[in-house]
Amino acid sequence: MADSNVLIRVDNLVKHFPIMRGLFQKQVGAVRAVDGVSFEVKRGETLGLVGESGCGKSTTGRAVLQLYRPTSGSVHFDGADLTKIKGEELRAMRRKMQMIFQDPYASLNPRMTVGEIVREPLIVHNVAIESEANERVKQLLELVKLNPSFSTRYPHEFSGGQRQRIGIARALALQPSFIVCDEPISALDVSIQAQVVNLLEELQKEFNLTYLFIAHDLSMVRHISDRVAVMYLGVIVELATRDELYSHPLHPYSQALLSAVPIPDPVAETARQRIILTGDPPSPANPPSGCRFRTRCPIAEAKCAESRPDFREIKPGHFVACFFADRYI
Amino acid sequence: MPELLLDVKGLETTFKTPDGIVHAVNGVSFGLKEGETLGVVGESGCGKSVTMLSVLGLIPSPPGKIKSGTAHFFGRDLLKMTTAEIRQIRGAQIGMVFQDPMTSLNPVLTIGRQLEEPLVVHLGMTRAQAAIRAAELLTMVGIPNAKDRLSDYPHQFSGGMRQRVMIAMALACSPQVLIADEPTTALDVTIQAQITDLVKRLRSELGMAIIWITHDLGVVAGLAQRVIVMYGGFIIEESMVNELYVNPTHPYTIGLLGSLPRVDASGHEILTSIEGSPPLLYEKPTRCPFAPRCKWAMERCWKENPTLETIAPDHRVACWVDVKTGRAR
Repeated sequence: MADSNVLIRVDNLVKHFPIMRGLFQKQVGAVRAVDGVSFEVKRGETLGLVGESGCGKSTTGRAVLQLYRPTSGSVHFDGADLTKIKGEELRAMRRKMQMIFQDPYASLNPRMTVGEIVREPLIVHNVAIESEANERVKQLLELVKLNPSFSTRYPHEFSGGQRQRIGIARALALQPSFIVCDEPISALDVSIQAQVVNLLEELQKEFNLTYLFIAHDLSMVRHISDRVAVMYLGVIVELATRDELYSHPLHPYSQALLSAVPIPDPVAETARQRIILTGDPPSPANPPSGCRFRTRCPIAEAKCAESRPDFREIKPGHFVACFFADRYI
Repeated sequence: MPELLLDVKGLETTFKTPDGIVHAVNGVSFGLKEGETLGVVGESGCGKSVTMLSVLGLIPSPPGKIKSGTAHFFGRDLLKMTTAEIRQIRGAQIGMVFQDPMTSLNPVLTIGRQLEEPLVVHLGMTRAQAAIRAAELLTMVGIPNAKDRLSDYPHQFSGGMRQRVMIAMALACSPQVLIADEPTTALDVTIQAQITDLVKRLRSELGMAIIWITHDLGVVAGLAQRVIVMYGGFIIEESMVNELYVNPTHPYTIGLLGSLPRVDASGHEILTSIEGSPPLLYEKPTRCPFAPRCKWAMERCWKENPTLETIAPDHRVACWVDVKTGRAR
């Protein structure tokens, strides 16, 4: 597949975290956080990655950027397999891919001024000398709608929404083409969330950015994404264009997940049918055999325990990992 | 008009902090009718939790101080009660569920022990009677093998299960009122659906009135009959749930609803964000607390704080401007 529109191609990505026990720290098992996910992100699009806590969505984001070295699988970005390169070569690639973190309180160094924080990538990657860098910092702060005179202040002087803007300015400093947004708004108040999402959308248009937008808020993911992937216990269970996924979910988990999202409209809320899943997700250290979702699935049968359903293209552009997805078409 | 179960008038609560006095609640009045579910909506710091904690006598003093107000419950003022008196009411006639089930449960006592406590203290049961009732309560909130699980510790339960235990505990003495403070905020969306489903079932079985505090307008839409919107320590709008979502009248409510994406939307939605950030409350406001962020603010809004006025049956709003015409009300 040599589609020039594809910026990132992830193939069978696996990330296991070893569980060590005892005096000699012998490995006794592994948390299978990401267990074989494949997807592509096209240039200029936003791919939403949704799932509940512990499903491996953040680990996927970090493994794509090589912040965690994947256990196996490949990540092709701009022609290079990131899992194969290291050192200076990887560092050079990092300029093109950045990350925005969830917690705007933990992801900014409290001892650095805003100017220093936003300038740091420029200095680390030797792309600007001191005087140019200061000019660039000003531009960046303006870009994210912060007053450039704030650059001498410290992070604690800002509200959550403003801090997230600082994080966005830092991510944009090196003019990346790809940004992983890891729950960028879930720590913010409702009225501030829309500000940050609108800013991310404006910046995307202006700089033709490509986003991998990781979140658990399905309404917000619908709003910002072109295509959406649904994760459950380390695997992608469904991937389709936004409208297709939200109007015709084919995987029983996607269906339950979407039906559980509250709608801010009392009429729609009372009219809709909920699929209430029983129980809790199993532990990724000891996932069920076969289909990962079978222990909570309302339509599971014996064969679901025996083998893992393929992640197949059931309609053009609509991928699903379920033996019985054809029923819902 | 039916008798009010809980009648709060003119409640004012402040906190002394190193940076000055925080005016968290600034004269809040509301009533709770028998059997109704009242949603209290607002962002962090709007005073929604402090209001309820004040009513329950759970504000640590110092630094907190209830400056004025009354809270009548069955003819008696909760705010004038001694610690011993209000303890007779808390957990017996008024049950409580808090956001984080891990910190509200004692990690070194078994679930059974914690569930039996209110039964022994308030209802005068023996340990043996309480143990039987505790198992019934766990079954009622949908925990399988209830009898065996009584000897388990909180860490052996998942987040959703712990919240079920909290609900069982709150309902142990068949209270007339259940106060739930962000009970589903820490939970995943499929688990949140389980819990709201459970609360709806228990409400119809037991008929208690509920005060449901949340920042999520979606959850409130499906659960509450009446909604209070808070901002900057004031109630700024109060209405029946259907009316509020169809005809939001305060600029803040309008902004909040406009900034929420909907999972059942079609095509691309435009999110109208509210610029700026919520007030810090170091001064007792003499103007409308929302004026700095309000598109419709007039001269009067900066000089005088609007009071709640009835604009339609069961619909009250605190705003000088009629948003529909853009002119003074």
